[in-house]
Amino acid sequence: MTKIGTDEWVAQVGERTEAYRGLTAPVRRTWDGIPLGWRFAAAMLLVALLPVATDSSYVVRVGVNAFLFGLLALGLNVVVGYAGLLDLGYIAFYGFGAYTYALLSSDQIGVHLPAELTLIVVVALTAGLGYVLGLPSRRLLGDYLAIVTLFFGQVFVQLAIHLDRLSLPWADGPVNVTGGPNGIVGIDPIRLVGVTFSSVTDYFYLLLVAFVALAVGLHRLTASRTGRAWRALREDPLAAEQMGLPVNRLKLLAFAVGGAVAGFAGAVFAAVQVGVFPQNFETLLLIMIYAAVILGGAGSLPGVAIGAAVIAVFPEVLRTPDYARLIFYGVVLGGLVALLRPWSRLAAVLAGTVVLGFVVRFATAAAWPDAAAVAPGGLVARALGAWVATPPNATTVGNVAFVLLVPAVLAVTRLRGPARTWALPTVLYLAAFVWETRLVAEPSVTRQLVLGAILVVMMTARPQGLLGTPRVEML
Amino acid sequence: MLELAGVSKSFGGLAVIRDLDLHVDDREILSVIGPNGAGKTTLFNLVTGVVAPDAGAIRLDGQDLAGRPAHEIAQAGISRTFQSIRLFLNMTVLENVMAATYAHTGARMWQSVLRTPAARREEAAVRAQAAEHLAFFGTRLQGYRWDQPAYSLSYANRRRLEIARAMATRPRVLLLDEPAAGMNPAETHEITELIARLRDEVGHTIAVIEHDMHVVEGISDRVVALDHGVKIAEGSFDEVAADTRVVEAYLGLRTAERK
Ligand SMILES: Nc1ncnc2c1ncn2[C@@H]1O[C@H](COP(=O)(O)OP(=O)(O)O)[C@@H](O)[C@H]1O
Ligand SMILES: [Mg+2]
Repeated sequence: MTKIGTDEWVAQVGERTEAYRGLTAPVRRTWDGIPLGWRFAAAMLLVALLPVATDSSYVVRVGVNAFLFGLLALGLNVVVGYAGLLDLGYIAFYGFGAYTYALLSSDQIGVHLPAELTLIVVVALTAGLGYVLGLPSRRLLGDYLAIVTLFFGQVFVQLAIHLDRLSLPWADGPVNVTGGPNGIVGIDPIRLVGVTFSSVTDYFYLLLVAFVALAVGLHRLTASRTGRAWRALREDPLAAEQMGLPVNRLKLLAFAVGGAVAGFAGAVFAAVQVGVFPQNFETLLLIMIYAAVILGGAGSLPGVAIGAAVIAVFPEVLRTPDYARLIFYGVVLGGLVALLRPWSRLAAVLAGTVVLGFVVRFATAAAWPDAAAVAPGGLVARALGAWVATPPNATTVGNVAFVLLVPAVLAVTRLRGPARTWALPTVLYLAAFVWETRLVAEPSVTRQLVLGAILVVMMTARPQGLLGTPRVEML
Repeated sequence: MLELAGVSKSFGGLAVIRDLDLHVDDREILSVIGPNGAGKTTLFNLVTGVVAPDAGAIRLDGQDLAGRPAHEIAQAGISRTFQSIRLFLNMTVLENVMAATYAHTGARMWQSVLRTPAARREEAAVRAQAAEHLAFFGTRLQGYRWDQPAYSLSYANRRRLEIARAMATRPRVLLLDEPAAGMNPAETHEITELIARLRDEVGHTIAVIEHDMHVVEGISDRVVALDHGVKIAEGSFDEVAADTRVVEAYLGLRTAERK
């Protein structure tokens, strides 16, 4: 970073990237030698085997979910990653697509169009909606655009909830459009050229094909006239405009493409779920999609795809306490490794935490003799059982500990130097204690906390995301 | 070719350009000089549509540009570089130049996605054009540098890349805002020759803002001096340099600075 701008340094870039050191060097060089297309094909082939490898429809359903996330994240990446527009109303397109498909393929208004037609209508309408909702981006940028689009997203959910009693001047009674909080159910499956997609596995393959098509399409678009124009617009809108790029039209185009992708995903979602409900399109989903894009690295297609897979799969993994533990302790450990230097300090903190654990466990063994074991699990759980103190009334003590943990974490972030090193083991142990007594048993809360923690660790350790390239804003 | 008549612009009561008449003729190199804050950059911003004039007409070959969107003005044939370099930093050197060909290329999105023969042909042509523009700078922007991000370039190379990018829009008039600012004497000399070549070899019409009087002397067919938004002198370099008002504007500034 420090040497940026020095041409000689740049000239050596080849040598520097060549010179991977260590044992893994040959592996990494081979990996780099494989063209991106082949890597992608191999990954998708592996994924395609998933329904064959498992007979659990739950796992396939998670796969379907991951693909929906993947489509959404790729679409959002066009708006945010390429064109650099902060669109917080993105979920509205997903919902709009889902509801449009639902209305045109159910008894809600008694219309059952052929799926080929419906999908085209959905994509066209959501692209159009993208154009319309993109209009503010002609004048608003950054925070302002974010707020206005967030508003659109909220309006969509409100409309979905309240459009079950729409009074129309020409209708006798109130018209039920969206089904209100009860949503629309009994949606037709997708039926394309005579093939009906009925099982989850069918949709898995439909989405796989759509995902591959989208990824390849976007990959080609990135390096094309339009992709370059989007990125130029993200880099410097004023300079882009001065070079003859129709900046406003390009922004609207990005919104339309992103919207169309989300609309398509929404339609498939409606068909898979056989129903759509307002709560399917709430802000939490938006946060998850953004998390996928940020985690993977905005602007990088493989990064965003991997981010989406991680974000879709990991809440499911959290349902199993042992896996949840792996993630939790993994993130904590990863965070420590990324933040604590020198190594001796890291080692001291870790050793301190372990020792402290056994001391506390031993000291409380008298007070809490027949302590309930930590949440059930395998080897990890048993090991932890010997380390984490487990009170009989875990809920109460855990809650108190949780309340203590928050100021403790805040305090640690304020402390400097040796004081922090001394305080860390206590805080870490407290965190483990809270985790074992309270959180592991409540995945719904844990999920969001862990997601937040992962993002915080990523921000510090790798702000550009997994596969993103660090961006230079100004020189 | 480019013509300004009675152009005025003020920012919140501060008159920055006042009733300015100016013209740049075909294949001419016009230098605009004046002390800092004289309104030179604002003049370029008016011509390129970054800001709209309060009054007056700006015409390119008789076609009125005032008040039109900036990208249309660029498409009409006006391109520029910036005093504070504004590259697409996180795009490669080649992409920076290729991006500027947007207006005169036509590949639709679906054609790029399907890689139709037309799209592929156009992409190859755009690449070749960009390479050609970069080749104009000798070995400076060649080889491995094509695929380096623009931010990795040295300062002088960034200025060169900005010129290459401006050339790629196929301008009829090229506006260069202090192209030699921040360069060492050797680089300044090179820029001087380069601007002359832009006119002689490529056939561009050029207006250039420059502070370095050696550069101005070396390249100008005609010089216009601005002070407080008013044209105080116009003519050959020798005429303008000898003009008492120009000397005063520069000297006045110096004495004011000394106080
Ligand atoms: N967009 C703007 N808004 C307000 N004031 C401006 C703007 N652009 C330029 N100015 C003012 O106009 C004056 C002339 O600036 P400029 O054209 O950059 O001068 P020069 O390029 O000759 O040094 C300065 O006083 C500057 O502060
Ligand atoms: Mg200036």
